[in-house]
Amino acid sequence: MTLLSANAELIITVVKIVLLLFIVLTVNAYLTWFERKVVAHMQSRWGPHRVGPHGLLQPLADGVKFLFKEDPTPAGADKFVYYLAPLLALALALTGLALIPFGPDPIRLLGHDIYLGIAPPEVNIGILALFAITAMGVYGVALAGWSSNSKYPLLGGLRSSAQMISYELALTMSVVGVLLMAGSFNLKKIIEAQALHPEWGLFGWNVWPQILGFFCFFVAAVAETNRVPFDLPEAESELVAGFHTEYASFKFAMFFIAEYTSMITVSCLCSIMFFGGWLSPFPASWTFAHYLPSAILIPFGLWVIWDGIRYETLFGRIILPGVGTVIAALGAVFVLLPDVNHFIQGPFWLLSKILVFLFVYVWMRGTLPRFRYDQLMAFGWKLLLPLSIVNVIVTSFVILAKMTWWGAK
Amino acid sequence: MTAPLVVFFVLAALAVIGAVSLILQKHPIHSALSLIVVMIALAGLYLLLGAEFVAAVQIIVYGGAIMVLFVFVIMLLNAGIEEHTSISKMAGVPGLLLVVALAGFVAATIARSTESIQATSQSGEMASTLGISNMIFKDFVYPFELTSFLILVAVLGATVLAQREKS
Repeated sequence: MTLLSANAELIITVVKIVLLLFIVLTVNAYLTWFERKVVAHMQSRWGPHRVGPHGLLQPLADGVKFLFKEDPTPAGADKFVYYLAPLLALALALTGLALIPFGPDPIRLLGHDIYLGIAPPEVNIGILALFAITAMGVYGVALAGWSSNSKYPLLGGLRSSAQMISYELALTMSVVGVLLMAGSFNLKKIIEAQALHPEWGLFGWNVWPQILGFFCFFVAAVAETNRVPFDLPEAESELVAGFHTEYASFKFAMFFIAEYTSMITVSCLCSIMFFGGWLSPFPASWTFAHYLPSAILIPFGLWVIWDGIRYETLFGRIILPGVGTVIAALGAVFVLLPDVNHFIQGPFWLLSKILVFLFVYVWMRGTLPRFRYDQLMAFGWKLLLPLSIVNVIVTSFVILAKMTWWGAK
Repeated sequence: MTAPLVVFFVLAALAVIGAVSLILQKHPIHSALSLIVVMIALAGLYLLLGAEFVAAVQIIVYGGAIMVLFVFVIMLLNAGIEEHTSISKMAGVPGLLLVVALAGFVAATIARSTESIQATSQSGEMASTLGISNMIFKDFVYPFELTSFLILVAVLGATVLAQREKS
C-alpha cells in the first residue's frame, strides 16, 4: 500500500499522458475530417461522405491506409536522420501539449488532487518551455528536407527553416506584452491575471489591450505551423510536397499528425494568453450562463438523433442516434449534477475557444491564397517584428505610467 | 541513489557522449546534431539545479536559434563528408598533455574542496526570472547596456558587409 501511494504521482502522470495521447490523436484524426468537411462546404462540395455516416469513419480508413502503404526509403538518403526527422517532429509537437493546463480545478480522486493537464500547474516557465519546444521544432522539417537527398525536399526544408526562424522572433516578441501584464511565465497565472475584474467578463481579457500583440502572435503562429497562407515549405506548384516529398506511409502520417497537433497547441495558447483561457465570457454574476454547456449539448444531441433517424444507410440510422443520445445524455448529466456542471465550466470554455481557433485555421485555408516567398519574408521582418516591438514598448510604458501615477501594482 | 542523482548522471553521460560524438562524426550534420544533444543535456542539468529560466533560454538560444543556423548553413552549402587526416604529432602530443593537465586540475579541485560535491538546488533569488532580471537591470545595468551596444555595432557591421558585397 505504501509503495502504491509513493508511486501514485508517477502512476497518475503516466495515466494522464496515455489519456492525453489517446485524446489528442483521436482529435487529430477528426480534425482532418473537420477540415475537409468545412473546406468542402466553403467550396460547395460534400467532402468525405462515403465511409460511414457523414464520412465520419474516413479518418479511420485514412489511418489504416497510412499503416499499410509501402514505405520506400530513397536511395542515398541519410538513413539515421531520415528516420529521426518525423519522430522528432511528432515528439516535439506532442510534448508541447503536455504544458497546457486544461482546467482550473483539480479532481479529487482517492485522496489525490488531479489537475487537468500533465505538467503541474505551478510550472514557472510554462510559456518559455513552449517556445523552447517551438524553437526545436524547426529541426524536424529542416532535417527531413536535407536527409531525403532530393532536390525538392532540400529546397522545401531550407525555405521552411528560414521561414520558421524569421517568424519565431515575432512570435516571441508578441507575447511579451501579455507576460508584462501578467508578471509571470506561468500559464495559469496568465489566465488568472485576466480574471481580475470578474464582472467585466470578456472585456477583462488580454485581447483588448493586446490586440496588436494578438494579431502578431496569431499570424506568426500560423506561419510557425506552416499552414495556409504560410505553407510555402510545401507549395505544390513549386516544390511538389516540400520537405516531406520523399516520405510515405506512416512517416508521412507522423508529419501530418505533428502539424495538426501544433495547430491544437497554437489554438490553446491563443485562448490562454489572449482570450482568457478557461474563463467564461460572461460576468461572474450571470450564474445562468453555467447551463450553457447543457443548453448547447442537449439540442445538438437531439438534432443528431433526428438527423440520424432519417439517414440513408442502415448503419447511419443505428450509429447517429446512438451518438446523439450520448451527447444529449452528457448535457442532461451536467444539468442534473451541479458539482459536475461547476467542474466542466472551465474545460468547456477552453475547448470552445480552441474549437473556434481551429475553425479559423480551416477558414483561412478555404479563403486565403499562398504568399509569395519574398512577400512572406518582407511581411515577417518589416511588418510583424516592428509591430510586436512597438507593442512591447507601448505596453511597458502604460504599465510604468500606471505604477507611477496611479500607484497600481 | 536518489532520483535527481540518477537524472544527473544520465544527463551528464549524454552531454559527454554528445561531445565525443561531435568530434568523431564524419558528416557535418551529424556533428551538429551531436552538439544539439549536448545543448539539451546541459539545459536538463540547469533544470535539475532549479534554474528554470536559464534552462529554457539555453534551449531557445543555443538549441534553437544558433544550432538552427549551423544546420541551415550546412544544408545551404551542402557540405559533404569530411576528409579525416591523421593527427599530426605537433597537435597530438601537446593535446594529450593538456588533457592530462586539465583532468588533474579538475580532480585536484574536487579533492581539495571541503564541501561535498553534489547537485545543489539554486532555486533562490539567483535562479528565478525575477532574480536574473534584477541583476541585469539593476546591479549590472551598465555592463548589460554596453553589451547590447556591442551587439548593435556587430549587427550594423554585418549589414554593411552584406550590402557592400551586393553592389
